[in-house]
Amino acid sequence: MSMTATAGHAHADPHHIGVVIEHPGPASKRIVTAYGFWVFLLSDIVMFSCFFAAYAVLVHQTADGPKGSEIFEQRNVAIETVCLLLSSFTCGMASIAADVRNRFWFYLGMTVTCVLGLIFLVIEFREFADLVARGYGPSRSAFLSSFFSLVGCHGLHVSAGVLWLLTMMAQVFAKGFRADVLRRMMCFALFWHALDIIWVGVFSVVYLLGSAV
Amino acid sequence: MLGKLDWSAIPFDQPIPLVAGGIVLVAILGVLAWVVVKGHLPYLWHEWITSVDHKRIGVMYILLASVMLLRGGSDAIMMRIQQAVAYQSQGYLPPEHYNQIFSAHGTIMIFFVAMPFVIGLMNLVVPLQLGVRDVAFPTLNSVGFWLTATGALLVNLSLVIGEFARTGWLAFPPLSGLSYSPGVGVDYYAWSLQISGVGTLVAGINLVTTVLKLRTKGMNYLRMPMFCWTTLASNLLIVSAFPILTATLAMLLLDRYLGFHFFTNEAGGNVMMFMNLIWAWGHPEVYILVLPAFGIFSEVVSTFSGKALFGYRSMVLATMAICVISFMVWLHHFFTMGAGPDVNAIFGIASMIIAIPTGVKIYNWLFTMYGGRIRFATPMLWAVGFMVTFIIGGLTGVLVAVPPADFMLHNSMFLVAHFHNVIIGGVLFGAFAGFEYWFPKAFGFRLDERWGKAAFWFTFVGFYITFMPLYIAGMLGMTRRLQHYEVAAWRPWMIVAAIGMAVLSVGVICQIMQLVVSIRNREALRDRTGDPWDGRSLEWATSSPPPVFNFAFNPDVRGEDAYWDMKAKAQQQSLEHDVPEYQDIEMPRNSPTGFVCAFFATIMGFALIWHIWWMVIVGGVGAFATFVVFAWRDHDEYVIPAAEVARIDRVNLEERRSLVSMAGAI
Ligand code: HEM
Ligand SMILES: [Cu+2]
Repeated sequence: MSMTATAGHAHADPHHIGVVIEHPGPASKRIVTAYGFWVFLLSDIVMFSCFFAAYAVLVHQTADGPKGSEIFEQRNVAIETVCLLLSSFTCGMASIAADVRNRFWFYLGMTVTCVLGLIFLVIEFREFADLVARGYGPSRSAFLSSFFSLVGCHGLHVSAGVLWLLTMMAQVFAKGFRADVLRRMMCFALFWHALDIIWVGVFSVVYLLGSAV
Repeated sequence: MLGKLDWSAIPFDQPIPLVAGGIVLVAILGVLAWVVVKGHLPYLWHEWITSVDHKRIGVMYILLASVMLLRGGSDAIMMRIQQAVAYQSQGYLPPEHYNQIFSAHGTIMIFFVAMPFVIGLMNLVVPLQLGVRDVAFPTLNSVGFWLTATGALLVNLSLVIGEFARTGWLAFPPLSGLSYSPGVGVDYYAWSLQISGVGTLVAGINLVTTVLKLRTKGMNYLRMPMFCWTTLASNLLIVSAFPILTATLAMLLLDRYLGFHFFTNEAGGNVMMFMNLIWAWGHPEVYILVLPAFGIFSEVVSTFSGKALFGYRSMVLATMAICVISFMVWLHHFFTMGAGPDVNAIFGIASMIIAIPTGVKIYNWLFTMYGGRIRFATPMLWAVGFMVTFIIGGLTGVLVAVPPADFMLHNSMFLVAHFHNVIIGGVLFGAFAGFEYWFPKAFGFRLDERWGKAAFWFTFVGFYITFMPLYIAGMLGMTRRLQHYEVAAWRPWMIVAAIGMAVLSVGVICQIMQLVVSIRNREALRDRTGDPWDGRSLEWATSSPPPVFNFAFNPDVRGEDAYWDMKAKAQQQSLEHDVPEYQDIEMPRNSPTGFVCAFFATIMGFALIWHIWWMVIVGGVGAFATFVVFAWRDHDEYVIPAAEVARIDRVNLEERRSLVSMAGAI
């Protein structure tokens, strides 16, 4: 065993780990907050995967009701997707504006994000309302149950995101770019981008594959 | 206006729940009145209810678990009496009541006893062992606790208002669907688990972040105490498994409330999907519970053997291996449901593989004891009792993991014996060991050893008398959850089990006596050194109870068994090290957020169960408003001035110097 950098306190190292990189101590608040929020997002994604799995299991259980290809409207979904992807971009702009403490661009970015999110929600709501009106509500078949839950769960998240977004704007208005407000803004941005990623999954698994059959 | 709620919800015709509920209500009102009259309310509110101190929150978790242990325990006593008398007769419990009891028993024991107990211990100890001032998110921590309490409250409300599920602790559909369970029982079950599940998830995120991001200087991964490692593993399992439970229960609730068809028999619903989802959560769940217990035993065994843990790195490896493998075996819970021999074989083998890392751990504990100077204090008794008991439980587990054997034993009393064997002998013994071991740290005085030992022996012996007969009854073909039976051969074993239950109850009474006696003698039992057991990790480096800020300086760690090294070095240098400048310390301010949030969650949960929609909205808006108000705070921290820190720390150092010089004299 060579006498390496740890020789000074080798006795405290009964398992002879050798040269170890010393841990510098607790991380900063910003890192801790972002890290914790990441962990939350991962667990949220686990929850979504359950709904994805349920959808995959039940997709053919139409109980003589409509199949996906009979009810999906590509045009609407395309608009929804564009809105959401664009909103991720504007949300990124708002984050940058917050980092450089520019109120004007922050409000502008957040407002556009909010409007795009609302457009997305309105289209989705109309799709749901239309299906229910035609008698293809979630209790029509197991397939429709899983469809409504998966897409609806994402929609619920977007709604919560809009609520959070408005709260963030109010906070910046009332408190300015304080450190804790900025940390929250960072979490909000992570949340919003994650919803985008999940939507890409929904879009591919539900609408693209569903229209193919 | 009040949804489904009316006077018929209160079971005036059933004396047992009503009397029990009445007694509990009187007890609660009595305690409340006493608190108010004695003027303790401000103290409780400022020091406990709104506290965001991880130590206080940990204690409250453990208190909740202990109270619920009594509730779940009385259910168990009622069931054992019923099965002892219900041979060729109806027994004393009506069938639908019996069904509610075993469902409530399982639910309470897993979610409101075992979970809060281990989470409480982790909360209390892990920041101390990591040498830091608090967990990552102190206010969220308090929210998590109070949401867990909400869940427990809802389950207990079902005793007098309405009914509880009659479906078993996992509420399998289609029995738990609306057509077979039209009452509110399953709704009570599902909403209380949803709400407390959010609390558990919050606690999990908090502890994962704490362990990964908040270690003190020099606390590298391979220098963390074993308990921190198992905490990490257990909480990684929480954040990856609990969302599955949330999703599954959400689907069940959609079926029940809005006529969805996830798990129904009609319109293409799929019941097996529930089995897969619930056990994909359920199997990791048992390791969420038992891994922290493994950590506690590691600490206890090494402290009371006066030796470093044998095979520390293999222990870390085994822990993480269990963490991963426990996600790959869920299907062994439904071998008998027609997945086919290939699938069964794969999952059978995967299940048995878990026995390997578990065996590694057992050997490591044995080798730690080997050649050590063993002291049989109460925590060590629990640890040794655990090792014996858990080996039996593990072996029977491997047995039921063999698909052909499981076809015989599935849903029999043998299975009941197996999982009580691992849950009581593993989780509960671990919780008790941790309770005895860390009690002086939390409160500043030790627990009475004589009552503690009595509690151990009665519980240990009582456990064997209660559960070993169940293995035999299972082999004789007795299935689980029987309200009454006609087979004479089973009867003697049920009577023995009931006697065992009585012995076990004496153990519980001893434990209560131990608390009473110790509190009365607390001056004599006072721990002035902060290190009553001659411990090895950092929680013993601070005073008992620790100051709010835990450590005046974040300790600098140079190896495993950080505090042991410090003591050894201090003895050589007779504590001559110069003390650096004290500095102001910022700590998070107390906040009623958790309590208020839980208040609205309770309203919302209750309203959802009874379909009182306006009240649901009140609860939801209230909870959201609470968070906005919290987010609006301008000052979330307060400062403890350096002079105050110095004063507190010097007292601690004085006590410790006298300890070291005494040890040097010997
Ligand atoms: C050595 C490792 C283990 C193995 C191989 C194992 C295996 C099994 C198997 C195959 C079953 C299902 C039997 C059936 O339904 O017929 C089962 C049930 C159960 N196990 Fe384990 N187990 C192990 C450890 C544990 C631990 C550590 C715990 C708890 C801390 C636990 C708690 C349970 C519970 C609660 C059930 C009953 C579930 C029900 O209600 O159906 N097991 N175990
Ligand atoms: Cu399992």
